[in-house]
Amino acid sequence: MFSAETLEKFDREVAKYPVEQKQSAVMACLAHAQEEKGWLPPEAIEAVANYLAMPPMAAYEVASFYNMYDLKPVGKYKITICTNLPCALSGGYHAGEYVQKKLGIGYGETTADGKFTLKEGECMGACGDAPVFIVNNRSMCSHMHPEQIDKLLEECK
Amino acid sequence: MAMLGSINGVLMEGLDGDNTWHLKDYVARGGYQQLKRILDNNISQEEVIGEVKKSVLRGRGGAGFPTGLKWSFMPRSFPGDKYVVCNTDEGEPGTFKDRDIMRYNPHAVIEGMAIAAYAMGATRGYNYVHGEVWMEYKRFEEALDEARAAGFIGQNILGSGFNFELFAHHGYGAYICGEETALLESIEGKKGQPRFKPPFPASFGLYGKPTTINNTETFASIPFILKMGGEEFLNLGKPNNGGTKLFSVSGHVNRPGNYEIPLGTPFATLLEMCGGMRGGRKLKAVIPGGSSAPVMRAEVIMDCTMDYDSISKGGSMLGSGAVIVMDETVCMVKALERLSFFYYEESCGQCTPCREGTAWMYKVVHRIENGQGKPEDIDLLNSVLGNIAGRTICALGDAAAFPVQSFLKQFGSEFEYHIEHKTCLVPKDVQWAGSGFHRVQA
Amino acid sequence: MLEIEIDGKKAQVPDGSTVMDAAQQVGVYIPHFCYHKKLSIAANCRMCLVQVEKAPKPLPACATPVTNGMKVFTHSELAVKAQKGVMEFLLINHPLDCPICDQGGECQLQDMSVGYGPMKSRYTEEKHVVFHKNVGPLISMEEMSRCIHCTRCVRFGQEIAGIMELGMANRNMHSEITTFLGRTVDSELSGNMIDLCPVGALTSKPFRYTARSWELQRRKSVSPHDSVGANLVVQVKHDNVMRVLPRENEDVNECWISDKERFSYQALNSDQRLTKPMVKQGGEWKEVDWNVALDYVAHGLKDVARDNGGDALAALAAPSSTLEELFLLGKVMKGLGSGNVDFRPRQSDFGTDFKRTGTPWLGLKLAEIKDLDAALVVGSFLRKDHPLLAQRLRQVAKKYTKVSLLSVAGDDQLINLHANLAVAPSQLAQTLAAVVKAAAEIKGVAAPVGLEQVVVCDAAKRIAQSLVDGDKRAIFLGNVATQSAAATQLHALALELGKLTNASVGFLGEGANTVGGHAGWALPSGANARQMFEQPRKAYVLMGIEPEFDCANPQLVLGALKQASLVVYMSAFKHSPALEYADVMLPIAPFTETAGTFINAEGRVQSFNGVVKARGEARPAWKILRVLGNVLNLDGFGYESSEAVRDEVLGKGAEFVGSLDNGLNGVAIALPGTVDGLQRIADVPINFADAMARRSPALQQTVDAKAPMARISEQTLAQLGLADGAQVRVKQGQGEAVLVAQADNNVPVGCVRVAAAHVSTAALGDMFGQISVERA
Repeated sequence: MFSAETLEKFDREVAKYPVEQKQSAVMACLAHAQEEKGWLPPEAIEAVANYLAMPPMAAYEVASFYNMYDLKPVGKYKITICTNLPCALSGGYHAGEYVQKKLGIGYGETTADGKFTLKEGECMGACGDAPVFIVNNRSMCSHMHPEQIDKLLEECK
Repeated sequence: MAMLGSINGVLMEGLDGDNTWHLKDYVARGGYQQLKRILDNNISQEEVIGEVKKSVLRGRGGAGFPTGLKWSFMPRSFPGDKYVVCNTDEGEPGTFKDRDIMRYNPHAVIEGMAIAAYAMGATRGYNYVHGEVWMEYKRFEEALDEARAAGFIGQNILGSGFNFELFAHHGYGAYICGEETALLESIEGKKGQPRFKPPFPASFGLYGKPTTINNTETFASIPFILKMGGEEFLNLGKPNNGGTKLFSVSGHVNRPGNYEIPLGTPFATLLEMCGGMRGGRKLKAVIPGGSSAPVMRAEVIMDCTMDYDSISKGGSMLGSGAVIVMDETVCMVKALERLSFFYYEESCGQCTPCREGTAWMYKVVHRIENGQGKPEDIDLLNSVLGNIAGRTICALGDAAAFPVQSFLKQFGSEFEYHIEHKTCLVPKDVQWAGSGFHRVQA
Repeated sequence: MLEIEIDGKKAQVPDGSTVMDAAQQVGVYIPHFCYHKKLSIAANCRMCLVQVEKAPKPLPACATPVTNGMKVFTHSELAVKAQKGVMEFLLINHPLDCPICDQGGECQLQDMSVGYGPMKSRYTEEKHVVFHKNVGPLISMEEMSRCIHCTRCVRFGQEIAGIMELGMANRNMHSEITTFLGRTVDSELSGNMIDLCPVGALTSKPFRYTARSWELQRRKSVSPHDSVGANLVVQVKHDNVMRVLPRENEDVNECWISDKERFSYQALNSDQRLTKPMVKQGGEWKEVDWNVALDYVAHGLKDVARDNGGDALAALAAPSSTLEELFLLGKVMKGLGSGNVDFRPRQSDFGTDFKRTGTPWLGLKLAEIKDLDAALVVGSFLRKDHPLLAQRLRQVAKKYTKVSLLSVAGDDQLINLHANLAVAPSQLAQTLAAVVKAAAEIKGVAAPVGLEQVVVCDAAKRIAQSLVDGDKRAIFLGNVATQSAAATQLHALALELGKLTNASVGFLGEGANTVGGHAGWALPSGANARQMFEQPRKAYVLMGIEPEFDCANPQLVLGALKQASLVVYMSAFKHSPALEYADVMLPIAPFTETAGTFINAEGRVQSFNGVVKARGEARPAWKILRVLGNVLNLDGFGYESSEAVRDEVLGKGAEFVGSLDNGLNGVAIALPGTVDGLQRIADVPINFADAMARRSPALQQTVDAKAPMARISEQTLAQLGLADGAQVRVKQGQGEAVLVAQADNNVPVGCVRVAAAHVSTAALGDMFGQISVERA
């Protein structure tokens, strides 16, 4: 199901917790699983659950609760845009509108070529740098004004 | 740059952005000296806690509970593991100070946690990092590796016999995990659903063991308090409001960012440090302590100083020190609509009033914003929020209710206007003009 | 103790009590949904908010610990306002489909909305809709918009059933109860979730839309399905059993029943009921009147006895027969001069007959399980054989009790086991002997004679140590131990272990009335349940037995039946194979249509009445046997009532059987030798376990009713040169079955697990005998 590299990451996460508390690593393992698969197909959730000796339903509860897990396939680049109030005050809405127009898709949608998915995000804890985007859950982009947005989309090959 | 500005800065003083976060830099600034001093001199747990109490350090996460007092709740003679947990799940809209602490001074957090662990007899710790900040999480893990290699955490720290293992746990997108018991559930590998209290974490915390949870800034303050002494730290601020604090200023100011200033500094001074209002527009409203804090009208906050007591007297709360500044181009209905959506979206869904009530409130505000409001909606909202506040398992219910309550109270006329005229009081073409977004045609 | 005042009523409550506990003690009702006394506290519905003096906010009664001197107001303005507020929230997204909702009339939300709900809804937004789910044949989750997210079902799974099949996915208003990937809910206790659901979100699929709750009459009964003797409420409409629910009895079934107990009732109203006496004449089955049928039986039996002696007669009854039925059957047989009567069809070793010092039983009360420090279960498919008993052990194993299992399959019991040891059936006695020897070593005393060659392993030491520690310990012999070819040795070894460790020794009990059979003199003075077929008789009486499914060696039994000149078949159900070997069919009343008594594993005497009229011409078996006795002109058949029969056996007013004792006299330890070749391991799958369950369409669609496979460990499969999933032919004696091989490392090496009690395996022989496997 998972590459040796991902399994090694799983082990590193499991090692952080007391031996009898393997389940604690579920969030991290799901994240690594998603990183490998691009999203979280049910089989991956079940495999993580089995790896941690927890009920698949408990792992699914976690996967469906935290909003950075993708339970449906997403584009190669998932761009999450914070539109919460502090960001909106500094251009969060506008940046979102700009990207949507540019890509021709709305929030929750993926471009026809499967390259981009747009998501409306909640507070990322970086309101001073608004507008803020996160690409693929990992890379945070600050001060996303039109020039920066154009550059980002350009760089996403 | 670490800080855009500071007055008598402590936590973030002498930092040079991404260049000075490593262990060697921290040590050069005098880092880990307090942990070493405590361990070398066998300073008693009581003495450490006593110093923290003297500083009147109040929890920087939002609730403002005195840290020293919280530490003293941990059972002394508990036989098994005890935990200290750092809450870096910074997701309260407007708050972004902990991210900078993690980026620019992570070892201060580690040393603070190690000292806290020593003072409370804990042997394991976790730092729960907000899901959306990945780089900071990785950096913290790197800092942990450095500290472990240098013997500041791990087994037999500095040869003292004191053991403290510390790890980072990465969140994955849930505001509610900033609530301390939801955070514990999340570390346990479950949904982040808050626990009912009592029992409190000090008696039944992580894995059912005694646990103390503090905010990142709180832990980061500890080494400095011990260095300068509790009293001196207290005197940096004002009575009952000890020390300096980081304020995250966002919204319609010229230089949004973090500012470390003594508690008790006038709001006007802070606004000035931020370069004043963007585009010279008029200040309309401020949410002074993160999105959950009641909104304040410009004329009220301009008379306040930035500390727990003054803001509280002004009808709001200092919370996490997240100052959201709004100018005259803001439609307060639309602003509230976005906040209401946030609480609806982030409700964990566990308890009835929050799950149902946050959705209801959002739907009504959304209706008003979209010209479908009814005159009775204002009373309805007040009644619904009254049925949420104080009835839920955790504080998210209150946090969702306060903005609605305060927006209606402070800016009720805008809501009435919306209902009556099916449109904004603030003309559409100037709305959000203060955003600073360089509009170009796509 | 803490003092508390609730609505002016003062009470003393133990430390650690909640306000809800205290309110129940003083008889004050606090409205609630998520709270359930058997489940962990969730405090999520917020319906139980009450006012507590000095508290600024209303507090949830279920989660608020009592403090000394606390004053609580459950009906103050503050409290009622909070409760009404919650009620409104619960109703805003709840559909207004009460008129077509199965829960209507027994819905806590409906009831409480009368007391706390608003007259008119202030909610004008769109209602939230939750998609329906299919979770299998028992629980209906068609209208999940009704769910109020109390999570009782989720907690039941996690805590009581021991398996989290349902969970609450997503968050905020989009939270919804679901299974992982739309899987089915398969726990053998799943139906309890229907009872727990306070609204009409989880309803009974078989019961759906068949009656309104207020049309139903509620009648008390006792479960015939296992040895716990769960107390039941049987709900009846127009003389049809419509639904079976648990009747709370903390000492017996608490508030639970298994799915087998809940859904077997479907068989009662089915067209598979035998409703007319029938006689085979000239190879043709004819429906006849009762007097004709009974005359036929009386003459037939009397003729055989006269011509061949009483020993040519034999009678075998199901252990789920009532005390009265078993007793009268024995009495009739005795009257005919035969001591060949038994009620233990799945047993094969009867070495303890005439050597027992009393009536074998559980060894302690069910309610005492919670006090155990350690328990050892020997030879049991615990969870499926005794779901409620397993549930009790599951609860205590979570806390402090060390529960060990020594059996023939390593199935997941969903119990936090201290040790789970699976060995081949032939090794069961050896392994138990190792535990005995380990206990002797720990105690520093000599091991019992006969264990000289036994090698003590670490697992045996671990189990023995757990039984030596603590104050209260128990050893339970399960169905496999009872059915084992080494049953006598297992019994004797358990007694030795009990003696060494001071643990109680007892039997889990195969049937609803196994203890009653022992106490009711239904034991053979002549041939036992095996001998009566090994040495074929001329005439047999079968009561409630389906030989293909219910006997230790169906092959042996069927062979004997087929050569007999008279087979009297007493059953509540049609059973087509019996048409071949039976000569008379007598329709008897199932437990819902007769008065009777079951004595459960702990010796508790539980009498019950019929809850509906007997179907067709079916009659209570005790009455049939009474008439038969009279037709045969036997003495002492003048009983006026079933109670009179019971009182004759047990004495008047007995609550527990008096002679309970598991002792043995004159049985020496003599361990069985090793066995060559493959051994069969036969479980009795829960939903095939009795004639009723077999005829419940809903139960037959469950995972527990999947057709048996040949389950073999990977190692043994490899040795046999077979692949997982291959078609195989398994053979015992002259019988065989073609099954699919399934790799299952829970099966000990050298064994083949092939379930009994199923049509596909009915031609096979001994449940734990030798077996061969080849590619089909």
